[in-house]
Amino acid sequence: MHPAISVIFFTVSSGAGFGLIFMIGLGVQLPESGLPAFLVSLLAGGLAVFGLISSTFHLGHPERAWRAFSQWQSSWLSREGVLAVATLAAFAIYALLWTFTGSRIAGLGYLISLLAAATVFATAMIYAQLKTVPNWHVWLTPAVYLAFSFVSGLILVGVLNVDSRILGIPVPWIVFFCLLGAWALKVAWWKRADQIGFSETGSDTGTATGLGSLGKVSLLERPHSGENYLTREMVHKIGRKHAMKLRVIAFISGCGIPMLLSAIAALSPAGALPMALAVLSLAIGLFTERWLFFAEAKHAVSLYY
Amino acid sequence: MTSLPASTEKKLGLVIDLDICVGCHACVVNCKEWNTGGYGAPLGDIDAYGSNPSGAWLNRIHTFEITPDDAPAQIVHFPKSCLHCDDAPCVTVCPTGASYKRSEDGIVLVDEDMCIGCGLCAWACPYGAREMDPVENVMKKCTLCVDRIYNENLEEIDRVPACVRTCPAEARHFGDFSDPESNVSKMVMDRGGIDLMPEMETSPVNKYLPPRPKSVPRTTEHQETDCKSDPAPVPGSFLNWVDQMLEKL
Repeated sequence: MHPAISVIFFTVSSGAGFGLIFMIGLGVQLPESGLPAFLVSLLAGGLAVFGLISSTFHLGHPERAWRAFSQWQSSWLSREGVLAVATLAAFAIYALLWTFTGSRIAGLGYLISLLAAATVFATAMIYAQLKTVPNWHVWLTPAVYLAFSFVSGLILVGVLNVDSRILGIPVPWIVFFCLLGAWALKVAWWKRADQIGFSETGSDTGTATGLGSLGKVSLLERPHSGENYLTREMVHKIGRKHAMKLRVIAFISGCGIPMLLSAIAALSPAGALPMALAVLSLAIGLFTERWLFFAEAKHAVSLYY
Repeated sequence: MTSLPASTEKKLGLVIDLDICVGCHACVVNCKEWNTGGYGAPLGDIDAYGSNPSGAWLNRIHTFEITPDDAPAQIVHFPKSCLHCDDAPCVTVCPTGASYKRSEDGIVLVDEDMCIGCGLCAWACPYGAREMDPVENVMKKCTLCVDRIYNENLEEIDRVPACVRTCPAEARHFGDFSDPESNVSKMVMDRGGIDLMPEMETSPVNKYLPPRPKSVPRTTEHQETDCKSDPAPVPGSFLNWVDQMLEKL
């Protein structure tokens, strides 16, 4: 699949924004009120909103994007839009109360956390629902999206308040173990993707043409000499060549380095800087991981090309 | 609504006879021609007369080679357009309601004024039946020539999809699959019509008729052995005499 930069940026940035909103909703220790609380809320909402705006750049008609709120009963993409707006609206109320009164309403917070998680789940389901892309069509896809969103939010909490604790455990240590858990899911996802090869449905050129029973079917000639929308969008093969190297880069940058830095942050007296560097490293790792998510995915229509 | 209808009154679609198609691309060209002037925005092209042309087409012909274990290889020209699936995955993913399947005749259409050009429907289709228009930035797909088949301004003979009307070999047929007595239903019954990628569970309406078994040429055995060495003239013939004379030189 063609890795569109706008969609990669959207899933990583919105994932982090909704992850941080999820953490705020749970009531993690952050600034009491006033400007610091406002800036934290702005960061969380900003990451989510910038991601969503970025996602409209890959639309043919962004001015009609509002229409995407209508089909929530059948479409995951529509559900994602509705949930994102609902989360952000509820979060805006929460953030205003937090900023001006210093009170963080627990019930509203939990609702926001639930909505944020549901939004990320819906984003992942846009991909996981597609039977045509076997790499994506698995429960591990939403699990990985949720895990990376969770860990992105957590690591941002670590930067904003390195001394905060959840259930008595310092956040940098929680980041340390959650990174491990999230990447374990991703490694399982990669392993499955390598094993299923082209398809788990058993699709091949034989089933695609319905001629498999007559012999070995292979493409002799494409319908046209140049590229078309389908070959550019779904038969995209560029990038698979260096896939293994990029996986290593994604893993080291997204897992190894931030784990090391969060351990340093947990053990040293001034932990905010290593946590900030960990965020940067995780961001590079996740952009690489998300690029591969698209670039490595093979679409059933490739069987005709 | 982008939910699928529980059932459709008719199931209009195509039968494509892979035994007959000669791969002339006339259906492809006539499809482009008709649909550039018909339903929705024109079918756009980029750099149409330049070195790297690219554009939206609703029907394309691929050519495949079948290599059986025990017979010579065979070439099959393979036209491919929207199959107007009963369980069309392209419809349910649409976030705007632009994509829909008509309950009256089962045709899958895109309301281009509502399409945001997100491309998700093209991702959901296993057959590559949908293409983004590079000029209008909306999704294009086969309409089964909805603006021809009911068009009373046309002669009755022309009230079929453009691809069917134009096919010089009659490899394409249009009809109602919900009627077991229709021309298309009978053809599918007689020839063992097939679904493309049934494992995708899309329940395609369009059916393909597989190539008929080839009669095996009587000389196959000779040809196979002969191919391995130099071709030898037939014993007793003039060429054989020349061959033997030349061997003696």
